[in-house]
Amino acid sequence: MGLTLQLIPHSEIENLSPLTRIHKLLKMAKENKIVVLEGRLKKEEEAELIRVTMEEIDDDFKGIEMSVIYPKPTDGGIMGKVKSNLANILLGERVGLTIIGPATIVKEIKQDPNKIQLLTKEASKKKRKKR
Amino acid sequence: MIKHLSKFLGGLFGNWFKKKGDIKLGLYGPPNGGKTTLANKICVDWIGEEMGAVSSIAHETREIQIKEEIKIKSGNKELTFNLVDTPGIATKIDFEDFIKAGIKEKEAKQRAKEGTKGIIDSIKWLDDMDAVIVVLDSTLDPYSQVNITIIGNLQARNIPVLIAANKVDLKKSDIKKVESAFPQYRVVGMSAKYGNNIDNFYKALFKLVD
Repeated sequence: MGLTLQLIPHSEIENLSPLTRIHKLLKMAKENKIVVLEGRLKKEEEAELIRVTMEEIDDDFKGIEMSVIYPKPTDGGIMGKVKSNLANILLGERVGLTIIGPATIVKEIKQDPNKIQLLTKEASKKKRKKR
Repeated sequence: MIKHLSKFLGGLFGNWFKKKGDIKLGLYGPPNGGKTTLANKICVDWIGEEMGAVSSIAHETREIQIKEEIKIKSGNKELTFNLVDTPGIATKIDFEDFIKAGIKEKEAKQRAKEGTKGIIDSIKWLDDMDAVIVVLDSTLDPYSQVNITIIGNLQARNIPVLIAANKVDLKKSDIKKVESAFPQYRVVGMSAKYGNNIDNFYKALFKLVD
């Protein structure tokens, strides 16, 4: 089974209310798509995403894996710090990348400060589950 | 806007009327970090009784548990608080994981259902906390999104945070990794199960709430 990556530019969600944008992202994850969102959610929205995800969990939908990556202000010395702070001021939540995938497909997203490793569930395990 | 204003005014004037014993000290973190083990350690040390059941199977704590008016002492200082033990926050719950751990299907599904409700409650209670101890398993990678989301939410709400890097009795424990993941907060390495470094933990707790 192939993986579907759904790329979402930030412009597609920026004018939505927090709850609408959360439901939009979660709907895609429930359709077994791995969402790659330009930018990031606010911290409160991340918590809200977890809360709404919990409300949706049933025998088929087991939840999500999620990871956010964005440059830390401390990276790259003083100039890097200045650039990063400036980017945050000018671009706000547009900076960074958010990955959200259904837990039935994405086993784990390992996150170091500057890279994301997305581990999917083994195909053989999935076949066994389907039987 | 009204919500923000009311929160601001509440923060400004609420503390004037708040008694020391009204402080809500929350234990937050991912499942199996050792929140209830730490809650039990605190309760046994200061009131002589445990708070809740612990288990190696995740989501043992599925309801908010509160112990009121816990008084702790350090030197001449005394601190009274209500300890709030919360269910571990996760982004997924799979009842099949409980079955694999030896729980029967019906009970596993019920546990998963209660677990999801517990996580919702934990998130709802964030707004009510005066200070929070984030309990992390120091043998695991601290850069998990759940850890980052919990700590980011506490930071966004200006809630004082102390990080308990638990399970230092285990070989894989790496406190420095926890410290480098969250440099903005005090990290205390400890073992809630065996009481390692518990005195320093209590000292840090006084600094957190004072």
